[in-house]
Amino acid sequence: MSLEQVIQLEKVNKWYDDFHVLKDIDLLVEKGQKIVICGPSGSGKSTMIRCINRLEAHQEGKITVHGTELTNDLKNIDLIRKNVGMVFQQFNLFPHLSVLENITLAPIWVKKMPKQEAEEIAMAYLEKVKIPEQAEKFPGQLSGGQQQRVAIARSLAMNPDIMLFDEPTSALDPEMIKEVLDVMIQLAEEGMTMLVVTHEMGFAKTVADQMIFMDEGRIVEEAKPEEFFNNPQNDRTKLFLSQILNH
Amino acid sequence: MQNSLIRKVIFDEKSRSLLIQTLTIGIFAFVIYILVQQTAYNLDKRGISSGFDFLNMAAGYDISIRLIPFTSEDTHLRAYFVGLLNTLLIAVCGCFLATILGFLVGIIRLSSNWLFKNIAYVYVEFTRNVPVLLQIILYYSILLHLPQIKQAIVLLDNFYLTNRGFFMPSPVFKEGFGIVIASLIFAVIASYFIKKYLKKRQETTGRQYPIFLINSALIIFIPIFFYYTTGMPIEFDNPVLKGFNFKGGMVVRPEFLGMLFGLSVYTAAFISETVRSGIISVSKGQREASQALGLKNNLVMRLIIIPQALRVIIPPLTSQYLNLTKNSSLGIAIGYADLVHGFGGISLNQTGRAIEIMMIVMLTYLSISLIISIFMNIYNKAVQFKGNA
Amino acid sequence: MSSVALKDLSHNKYYNWIIRNFFSTWLNTFLTIIALIFLYKVGTFFLDWAIFSADFKVNFQGEVITDRTMCSKNIAPGEYGACWTIIYARFDQFMYGLYPAEETWRVNLSFFLLPFAIIGFLFDKLPLRKYFIFFTFIYPFIAYFLLYGGPNLTIVETNKWGGLLVTLFLGVTGIGLAFPLSIVLALGRRSNMPIIKSICVIFIEFIRGVPLITLLFTANVMLPLFLPEGVNPDNLLRALVAVTLFQSAYMAEAIRGGLQAIPRGQIEAAQSLGLTYWQTTRKIVLPQALKIAIPPIVNTCIGLFKDTSLVLIIGLFDLLGIGKATLADMNWTKLYYEVYVFIALVFFIFCFGMSRYSLYLEKKLKTDNS
Repeated sequence: MSLEQVIQLEKVNKWYDDFHVLKDIDLLVEKGQKIVICGPSGSGKSTMIRCINRLEAHQEGKITVHGTELTNDLKNIDLIRKNVGMVFQQFNLFPHLSVLENITLAPIWVKKMPKQEAEEIAMAYLEKVKIPEQAEKFPGQLSGGQQQRVAIARSLAMNPDIMLFDEPTSALDPEMIKEVLDVMIQLAEEGMTMLVVTHEMGFAKTVADQMIFMDEGRIVEEAKPEEFFNNPQNDRTKLFLSQILNH
Repeated sequence: MQNSLIRKVIFDEKSRSLLIQTLTIGIFAFVIYILVQQTAYNLDKRGISSGFDFLNMAAGYDISIRLIPFTSEDTHLRAYFVGLLNTLLIAVCGCFLATILGFLVGIIRLSSNWLFKNIAYVYVEFTRNVPVLLQIILYYSILLHLPQIKQAIVLLDNFYLTNRGFFMPSPVFKEGFGIVIASLIFAVIASYFIKKYLKKRQETTGRQYPIFLINSALIIFIPIFFYYTTGMPIEFDNPVLKGFNFKGGMVVRPEFLGMLFGLSVYTAAFISETVRSGIISVSKGQREASQALGLKNNLVMRLIIIPQALRVIIPPLTSQYLNLTKNSSLGIAIGYADLVHGFGGISLNQTGRAIEIMMIVMLTYLSISLIISIFMNIYNKAVQFKGNA
Repeated sequence: MSSVALKDLSHNKYYNWIIRNFFSTWLNTFLTIIALIFLYKVGTFFLDWAIFSADFKVNFQGEVITDRTMCSKNIAPGEYGACWTIIYARFDQFMYGLYPAEETWRVNLSFFLLPFAIIGFLFDKLPLRKYFIFFTFIYPFIAYFLLYGGPNLTIVETNKWGGLLVTLFLGVTGIGLAFPLSIVLALGRRSNMPIIKSICVIFIEFIRGVPLITLLFTANVMLPLFLPEGVNPDNLLRALVAVTLFQSAYMAEAIRGGLQAIPRGQIEAAQSLGLTYWQTTRKIVLPQALKIAIPPIVNTCIGLFKDTSLVLIIGLFDLLGIGKATLADMNWTKLYYEVYVFIALVFFIFCFGMSRYSLYLEKKLKTDNS
């Protein structure tokens, strides 16, 4: 009855020296689930998802992705990173490579794909994010929204099962947010497992299966969207929602 | 009416600028005219002739460090070339050594070991804040206080460290060595084609080949193989102590070594700073994005970090090379026969043709600077990030 | 730089810092051990040579040292360290050259007044800054009078000047004279008038393309040829001319960088207010440009200070020149380590000080602007 669990966080704790940034995090993600994580800045939301692909390391607790436990073992880490894609707030496209080369880089060097095959896949994803004509351009020649869409295509080209989004639209000008959210919605409809850290509540209402509110390193509330927005249980959740929904 | 014409001229932008420029040229021309007159008068008074004919007269002095044959009967023109070659020699060797040392220290400065990092920092700060001339003189003094020839420090049986230089065996190339050289050239060319071929195969099949290892092995082992199969056609002429000097072999003079160490160590400190800031300039997100895609660390370095870092490093690196080349002119302080010492110093004293000689020397350095700058601009334009980034 | 973060063992940030910086991996630990061994060996050797086994004024037998034969290390070879007496014995020469001993108070006074002359330029928030800047402008005349002489003060010819006096004189005067010239050059290079621009570009690129030594030679040999009979500038002046021209080209480039960093909008705003070119330049552009350009300008000054050592090649006795001359003296030859280390230390103090000031400025600029 329950779907396959692809990500498990059990009693995960993390410190930066003496600052306790993640406190007893328990999280289960099922295949195909779309989870939106929100909360005030400094609450640990980015840190949490960055632990999942080991850009940050946890000190206590257990993180399992697709049955592989995340430890210091480099082989496990590589395996997990091949199957988990990440989209960054600052895009982080490679400025010295063309758009096409940005996307084909990992398939060629990590999956050892022939160049032609990689380029075909890359063009397919560029079509999917609706900017195939930019293939030969360089990141510096693209707008913010276009760059982020290329970044999404770049992660998708590795055919991941899970996509992590770390505030993907926070660095964009308002008129470009929609084009990126549209791509993410399409991805959600196709069944991708997604963890999204964002302030875009409209997107959350459309796409999320599960809402998570984090504050001061803890998961304070976890509920389905209807429950979460209409009937938040915790006081802090209520406070946060009132601040963010009053624009 | 006169008034308004003058007003017009002064306040109209175009005519004012024309007026100023004409005045400037006028003043310059006047000053230069006076200078030339005065100089001609002074030269005449002192009985110094001018002209470039001295280039064909015999130099009358010896140059001990030289790459081409030269005796005191050779012309000043030839002395110029000897000096120029010596300058280029020390510049090339110095830049080479400085680059290696500089990159090494730069990378150490970025390591996570606090002690290594700070030892390197101390080296950089001390070297950068002390005049290069002092460092050159210091190394030269140390080299001059090596033991005398009769009590030379012996390394590996045939290498002698003395205060008159570093004596070592010189290779004598026999018949058959040509084959070894040919095989080396062949190996280099072959490696170029192998690299192209293997890269193409990677594009079509996706398999990766250790191109660097294969090519290195080729370039190292093929000539070695031919060396042995043609009967080892290199003999060494060993330096042998006869009386007060060594006969045979070859020697690297302390003047050259002093310049080399002084210039390299000094310039390496500056290069290390350039390298360090170049690598730091690549944003952290680049590393994270490539890691998130699953790239292993050596690929992250090779494909993402280093290409971007090099773009930032190369322009200031080139200006360091220029500085080293200009600093080679300090050879005169310790007797290294570079361009300024021989042609610019001794020839000048002997012929008195100060203006001509200085002009030639300065034009030479200018040309070198210009050539290096042109290459740098070409490289810079080629690797600019396209777009507004 | 490891992509796999450490499992930190505690929440104590000092302990963690030590682990990360010294013992994070086996390799790191190994390197730490090697570095500690290296530091111990080199440190103890140097401290021993420089301080503990060294002679200062007396040797190990208690005698006052008068020449190198009395240094401990020459009496008992292998057991003793540096013989710093040479520095004491020749200290006056290192500082003043051959300046008459009874007049050195004049040099000391100029040295003493120097910081007051520069402080006005260096620190923004100084109280009574106006007076200090005024002093900066009259200082050159005071210093000239003190150093060279004039009514009531015996004249000391420049060929008697030497050591740190010459180094500082060339450095400070060179920078001071080059500064206005470099502003003119930088503005000229950005001018719209092709003639002015070309002259400035040619001058700057020419000077930057040749080694300083060639300029020193040129000034030394050619200046007498350019001038009318009877006018014979002394050697120090010739070197000063070369050094000034050299420094002005490099400073001009640094200032040009600052000028380029001023947004065009500043000039446009000034123009639309009706300011003339010179007013805009003097009141709007230059103050901002110079502020931005101070770190690279200080870098050129550090370079110049080190380059003054080149004058020994044309026979002038700067600090390094005196050092070499001292070593040529029969009484004190072979003490080259002591002399060169001392001179290196003096240069280091000045240059490192200047670079620290430049870093302080860069930090200040960052916080000012953001």
